[in-house]
Amino acid sequence: MAEIITGLTFYLFAAVTIASAVMVVGSRNAVHSVLFLILAFFTCSALFVLRGAEFVAMILVIVYVGAVAVLFLFVVMMLHVGENRLFQGVKRFGVVGVLVGVAVAVELIIVITTRAFRQDTPAVAANPATADLNVTEALGRILYTDYFLLFQMCGLVLLVAMIGAITLTLRQRDGVKKQSIPQQIERKRDEAIALRKVESGKGIG
Amino acid sequence: MIDLFLTVVWPALKILLTILVVIVPVILGVAYMTLAERKVIAAAQFRHGPNVVGPFGVLQPWADALKLMFKEVILPAGANKVVFFLAPMLTFALAMLAWAVMPITENFAIADINLGLLYLFAISSLGVYGVIMSGWASNSKYPFLGALRSAAQMVSYEVSMGLIIITVVITVGAGGFNLGNIVEAQRGLWFAIPHFPMFVVFFISALAETNRAPFDLPEGESELVAGYFLEYSSMQFALFFLGEYANILLMSAMTVTLFLGGYLAPFDVWFLGDVWMQPIWFVLKTSFIAFVFLWVRATVPRYRYDQLMRLGWKVFLPLSLFWVVLTSGVIVGFGL
Repeated sequence: MAEIITGLTFYLFAAVTIASAVMVVGSRNAVHSVLFLILAFFTCSALFVLRGAEFVAMILVIVYVGAVAVLFLFVVMMLHVGENRLFQGVKRFGVVGVLVGVAVAVELIIVITTRAFRQDTPAVAANPATADLNVTEALGRILYTDYFLLFQMCGLVLLVAMIGAITLTLRQRDGVKKQSIPQQIERKRDEAIALRKVESGKGIG
Repeated sequence: MIDLFLTVVWPALKILLTILVVIVPVILGVAYMTLAERKVIAAAQFRHGPNVVGPFGVLQPWADALKLMFKEVILPAGANKVVFFLAPMLTFALAMLAWAVMPITENFAIADINLGLLYLFAISSLGVYGVIMSGWASNSKYPFLGALRSAAQMVSYEVSMGLIIITVVITVGAGGFNLGNIVEAQRGLWFAIPHFPMFVVFFISALAETNRAPFDLPEGESELVAGYFLEYSSMQFALFFLGEYANILLMSAMTVTLFLGGYLAPFDVWFLGDVWMQPIWFVLKTSFIAFVFLWVRATVPRYRYDQLMRLGWKVFLPLSLFWVVLTSGVIVGFGL
């Protein structure tokens, strides 16, 4: 009975994932597209949970849904992309898009036909958890030993991307008044306030 | 037939009952949180607060709920219908969903999962969508500005909250993502003592995360009227309202679980440390933190937006990052 329920939940989440992925491309409203993308991320993480990869599932929700997609939504909401603008570049960029699609499809086919996805591959390859190690620990062991160099290189790539983004957006403008908080805190009472005895009818002068 | 009942229907019913055992008190707590807020602020300002409906105004939440239920549902012109109605439901559902992993006693939580803390963090990071969706779907200026402010604020403070969570997990050690283990690791010494600076930072981040005073810029009355839920009326408004208070209770419960020993008794003497006392301690501690939320609202003036961002990114983020390094250094260095 339990297997039937798990199977049904799997098919439910898988169907929602595929449907929302189709809607990401098919939706005419750009904000709806992003919302469907978020739904696709979320159901993907549900699929990860069903597979026993809780850590990856939670990180997917925290990083992609909780942070990256929020910024996506931000940008798309601010742009106000209308329907006519949405289909503006279809003729110009259509060929490139199709080429990218074909490349991704070929890559996916290559990955799926490798040994890791065959029926007779032991389950260890997909799920690293063992009796005395839970998924998170097993993942950490593999990531920080076997794939240490690759892992560090990913970090470096991200660092470079971050520095690039900062240098692209950083600009110094002249003539803009800026608040200096240390300077504000440094100010003493004597510098800020002057008490004067004003004689009536004369003013400070 | 009986077999089907025993294997499918009965377990499902049992789960449903367990959920009700937690959710009904939470919803009641949320209802009375609205009353408590008005009473606490009234006390801070030397007023009586609501005292007409029932003795000491205890029936006020019910009167409010009835009033909101009979109000007209208004859909603004040009609003995106589906997203507009989805947003308040999402906010409320997420605020309820997170309670699933909260350990109420040492052997009771609806779902005692390995990565409970990450689940809690994930669900609370989704809360921002209710705000953004409502602000966008209202097709109105003030809600949109409120939603933008709120989203930026929630994303900023989540970063330092994540680092504080990492600190706690490092301190607990193996199995540190399980909330039950976190509470059990605090037997003897609550984390609020060794991690006192982080306790304070976490509480302030929780204030910002729930858009509460002094960080309630998303709904700043003076410039944004009411922020993201300006266009909502009737039960949709009520759902936002309940969601906000449910989030306050949730953040209080999270603070209690991470730093104040969750369900553990402050002094383990006589019957005070018994299992049946644990929910009472949990509720008392959570109520205290929730009271501090109200207390802060009654006393502290609102921050300016740039000050808020500065505090999040330039003060809390380096501080919590430093504390992660310090904690792991101390634990590895002293072999704890």
